[in-house]
Amino acid sequence: MVTKRIIIGTLIGAVVAGLAAAGTAVAGEPQPWQMNLMPAQSPVMERVHEFHNLLLVIQVGIVLLVLGLLGYIIFRFNAKRNPVPSRTSHNTLLEVIWTAVPVVILVIIAIPGLRLLYFHDRAHEYDFTVKVTGHQWYWSYTYPDHGDFTFTSIMVPDDELQEGQPRLLAVDNPVVVPVGTNVQILVVSDDVIHAWAVPSLGVKVDATPGRVNERWLHVHEEGTYYGMCSELCGINHAFMPIQLEAVSPEAFEAWVEETREEWASRQNAPGVRVAAGDGGADVR
Amino acid sequence: MAYGVAAGHDEHAHHPTGWRRWVNSTNHKDIGTMYIVLALIAALIGGIMSWMIRGELAQPGVTFIDNYQFYNVLVTAHGFIMVFFVVMPALIGGFGNWFVPLMIGAPDMAFPRMNNISLWLTTAGFVLLLIAAFVGAGPGTGWTVYPPLSSATFHPDAAVDFAILSLHVAGAGSILGAINFITTILNMRAPGMTLHRMPLFVWSILVTAFLLLLALPVLAGGLTMLLTDRNFGTTFFEVAGGGDPVLWQHLFWFFGHPEVYIIVLPAFGIISQIVSTFSRKPVFGYLGMAYAMVAIGFVGFIVWAHHMYTTGLGVDTRAYFTLATLIIAVPTGIKIFSWLATMWGGSIELKAPMLYAIGFIFLFVVGGVTGVALANAGIDFAMHDTYYVVAHFHYVMAIAAIFAMFGGYLYWIGKMSGKQYNEPLAKAQFWVFFVGVNVLFFPQHFLGLAGMPRRIPDYPDAFVGWNMVSSVGALITMIGTLMFFYLIWHTFRYGKTAEANPWGEGATTLEWTVPSPAPFHTHEQLPVIGPTGQPRAGSGAVSPAE
Ligand SMILES: [Cu+2]
Repeated sequence: MVTKRIIIGTLIGAVVAGLAAAGTAVAGEPQPWQMNLMPAQSPVMERVHEFHNLLLVIQVGIVLLVLGLLGYIIFRFNAKRNPVPSRTSHNTLLEVIWTAVPVVILVIIAIPGLRLLYFHDRAHEYDFTVKVTGHQWYWSYTYPDHGDFTFTSIMVPDDELQEGQPRLLAVDNPVVVPVGTNVQILVVSDDVIHAWAVPSLGVKVDATPGRVNERWLHVHEEGTYYGMCSELCGINHAFMPIQLEAVSPEAFEAWVEETREEWASRQNAPGVRVAAGDGGADVR
Repeated sequence: MAYGVAAGHDEHAHHPTGWRRWVNSTNHKDIGTMYIVLALIAALIGGIMSWMIRGELAQPGVTFIDNYQFYNVLVTAHGFIMVFFVVMPALIGGFGNWFVPLMIGAPDMAFPRMNNISLWLTTAGFVLLLIAAFVGAGPGTGWTVYPPLSSATFHPDAAVDFAILSLHVAGAGSILGAINFITTILNMRAPGMTLHRMPLFVWSILVTAFLLLLALPVLAGGLTMLLTDRNFGTTFFEVAGGGDPVLWQHLFWFFGHPEVYIIVLPAFGIISQIVSTFSRKPVFGYLGMAYAMVAIGFVGFIVWAHHMYTTGLGVDTRAYFTLATLIIAVPTGIKIFSWLATMWGGSIELKAPMLYAIGFIFLFVVGGVTGVALANAGIDFAMHDTYYVVAHFHYVMAIAAIFAMFGGYLYWIGKMSGKQYNEPLAKAQFWVFFVGVNVLFFPQHFLGLAGMPRRIPDYPDAFVGWNMVSSVGALITMIGTLMFFYLIWHTFRYGKTAEANPWGEGATTLEWTVPSPAPFHTHEQLPVIGPTGQPRAGSGAVSPAE
């Protein structure tokens, strides 16, 4: 009874929250009871949404068709209502139809799907590069076109969270990019495989040792966008989030100056890496 | 009466008794029974692991697992156990061993002693895997065992070596089993049992056996390379020595994708038998159904890299794998619509196995349509490595396979044990389990779309709601699972004596022509199969029951 009430309560809550989330423009942070993709904040993610909406219609349509048929068959052809079964076991036309129609649906899916694939593959023109390196268990970012400075980006532990910083998503030094700019992202790894992901910007790419993977970013609006490491990388896999700040080009230049100077002195300093901890729970 | 005949028949059977009957068994029925027992034990252990995972995820923060390596070990072991030691032993080793010889009119498997070795290799693999979990920090690599995380640098103790050995041993058992099934099905069919008269369950096992035979050696090769990388200084997957961790992913998924069909094809076969029996109609589009499985098996070998869309594969490569993967929707669509057409016009009895078959069709369709999304490299990266994928594969393959296991068990338990299960209890168990798995896995689609990664012991607070719902679903599923174990006990304790054919005219395959429980030796006189697939009157199979 209690369980039932919880389920009903949560379902009502979910619907209300889902509607609320649909009404307001939310930045790059997941919302309670969210039921769909993150709101799109980049050209890639806008197209992902479009394609997903097409897929959703087809998915729901197929499930409802099969459910409807199952329901009708169980109602119409149960042993009480239909005591004598037919012996029909072939119908060539029907079999051709249910082979051909899915092919048509797949073509309808494949064309926009492939278009999207080629669109987000790589930027043909970009303004500058950010190199992302995965480590156990934090990220570091290098700006080769801005003086080649590097800084580390480590999750804020629970007990040091500031007002407004989401738990397990906020980091000490976010990666910063200017809005309205095509940024080339090069992703590498220092140890095991990680994956760099920012869902609202439509980016997820593996950080694999020995490889440089390329993606591109273009953020429409200023704001904070979060993501999490998306390939199992060991004990603290859940605790190496991505926090990306999109700022105005002027603010970006100012940030570059400040950060470059601050990290020039700390570059290659021993001890940076241990900040993420290697002990398991103590990191939190 | 049938029971008495069986007992009388057993007296003539010369076979060892006591523990020797089981340990040294070369009898396909006894070996099948032992596979099912192994699967039940493994299911309980793998299930407990999944409930621990859902318990930890019921709320954010540390619920009760504060050792995250242990959490990763749970995730890894749950995957391995459910795939290799629950679904495969139950569907292939268990039902395959029991019913392939019975259905094709063969007295036993082609290589009875090799059958025994297969069983014990699988069991040894299971024991090795359990040992692995207790060696050092345990294997916390995920069932995909991606290096470098699985390399000696990042998993220095012997846990991963034990896991590799476990898969080697279990894989060898499966390869031997596959050879046995292929030989039996190709060479030991009763007179008149042509390939195109074989029940679809036998077809499903035949295709599965070929997949095992072709896919497992590739896994074994990859595992051996990983083992020598870890222990003997080779660098197949080590960048520092000119190796490439992505090579492992190609090898693993070249096995791993067919493995998905190894799990679900026997389930297809079982569902076809059940749907036909309880609709009292022959399978609609039999040849299409059989060759759809062959097509799925074939295409299953050329789509592996759809698990690797974010690894940095070239864009044309990803385009190819997108198209190839989408093609699989065609033969699977044929299967779904043929099941519906089999039911159409039928005289449907909603007995518990039929409920499980219908439940399977629903789960498989829901998991199938999310698969169509994931097949597209263009959008897969938005869901890759999130709970969307977890929801997808549990629907389409894991829980669907469990539904086929439960359905097949209820369908055949009378034949295997001579006792019939309790129908109201089984129906109640179905509904609890069906509601449970849907409450458990459906919300995970939402979590995945919102970006919650897989394999994490703690999550941002926004994901609390659906995780709690999902864990409530796990609790309901747990109750359903315990009800199933109770049902097993109840059947053996209070079950009514099963007739040779408890299902009536819809059950047309040969296993229903022998008494229940099936005597120790069956089809000693080969039945002669007529054009309808039925044995001719007076030929072997029918005689013991008369
Ligand atoms: Cu990571």
